[in-house]
Amino acid sequence: MNDRAWIATRKGLFELRLRRSAWQIERVSFLGEPVSMLQPPAADGFMLAALNLGHFGVKVHASDDAGASWHEVATPAYPPQPEGAEGVPWKLVQIWSLAQARGSLWAGTLPGGLFRSGDRARSWQLVEPLWLRPERGEWFGGGYDVPGIHSICPHPQHAGELVVGISCGGVWGTLDDGASWTLRARGMRAAFMPPEREDDQNIQDPHAIVRCAALPDVLWCQHHNGIWRSTDNAASWHEITTAPVSNFGFAVAVHPRDADTAWFAPALADERRVPRDGALVVNRTRDGGTTFETLRAGLPQSHCYDLVYRHGLALAEDGRSLLIGSTTGGLWASLDGGDEWSTVSMNLPPIYAVRFG
Amino acid sequence: MAHVTFTSQLRRFTETPEVEAPAATLIEVLEVAFARNPRLRAYVLDEQGHLRANVVVFIDGVRSRDRLMLGDVLQPRSRVHVLQALSGG
Repeated sequence: MNDRAWIATRKGLFELRLRRSAWQIERVSFLGEPVSMLQPPAADGFMLAALNLGHFGVKVHASDDAGASWHEVATPAYPPQPEGAEGVPWKLVQIWSLAQARGSLWAGTLPGGLFRSGDRARSWQLVEPLWLRPERGEWFGGGYDVPGIHSICPHPQHAGELVVGISCGGVWGTLDDGASWTLRARGMRAAFMPPEREDDQNIQDPHAIVRCAALPDVLWCQHHNGIWRSTDNAASWHEITTAPVSNFGFAVAVHPRDADTAWFAPALADERRVPRDGALVVNRTRDGGTTFETLRAGLPQSHCYDLVYRHGLALAEDGRSLLIGSTTGGLWASLDGGDEWSTVSMNLPPIYAVRFG
Repeated sequence: MAHVTFTSQLRRFTETPEVEAPAATLIEVLEVAFARNPRLRAYVLDEQGHLRANVVVFIDGVRSRDRLMLGDVLQPRSRVHVLQALSGG
């Protein structure tokens, strides 16, 4: 759907509808509770919300009527931690990503486990072949104390193919429905590491990864150290160095039918995570990253300190409707691919995720 | 008989039975409550069976000490309160 959107925030899940070319908040669910991620409704109205209760842990709620009513379902749980197992505790910290493909639901979590449900979240199974990779011991937190899976990109044409992005654990892929996994971050560069480990695929920090629906061998990545693009299903990545304003940021969106068109929400730099010169902008390329336009119309251009985090930029199926939400509760919308923006709200709670559907 | 009550904050998520049961340790009396409402377990304990980081338990007015095994000893008439810790926000 292009006229319905969901905003997961620090204090609830907000449903927005587009009425006469203006987005309006029409429903709030879980008011007061942190909602870390959601899966928008399927055709039959089934959807998920992932809560991260401050005291009582992560919970998953499902709706069978597109958010009108909710009930608690199973929450992913790590198996018993073997005695002496090194590294992070085997305890769910947060659901950071949700995706649906071919009857399976996928949940990417902090501290780095991928879970799968084949029964509409009545149960979840840890994808052990990834969790038990020895390389996991090298992963580390990016923005959190523990590593996490923030991006899940199923291949729309090849059953059993999946790419996931991990901060900080690089890019991993499976070609056999999760039975085996390989690193798929070749070409990325980590300036935050000692020089001899800059090219290490296993410690890259891809902030967000998206896949083009119509040309799925093309993926875009906003990385801690810049922008990367793959045209071979994440077998290799090449850096895009032409982005104006800043190549630092967290979010990326790709046009569902035009793999050369992508959007980014730049911030000044990793040591100063605010818009450059207090002006909120969106960068758009329409030629695969050869050139960019910096889009400003309708966005605050002075004393703006809003940061668009990983899941704060969303594009609808129409390839034109965009939303960006900030960690300080600002929400802006465009109906024309980013040329013109309008303010939806400046007073929402901190925004964790924006999704159409 | 040990007596256990849960913070009313939990009631917006799940049922919180008030339990009286013979129990020698904290985990024993909690298991009685979890048997009455299995969903309650994951609100109080994490998947490794440890007390959640932002949940606190008082036994006869004293904070429990064994957050991993919950082996704190109960007296025959102990009163147990399961509360939310302010560290959780």
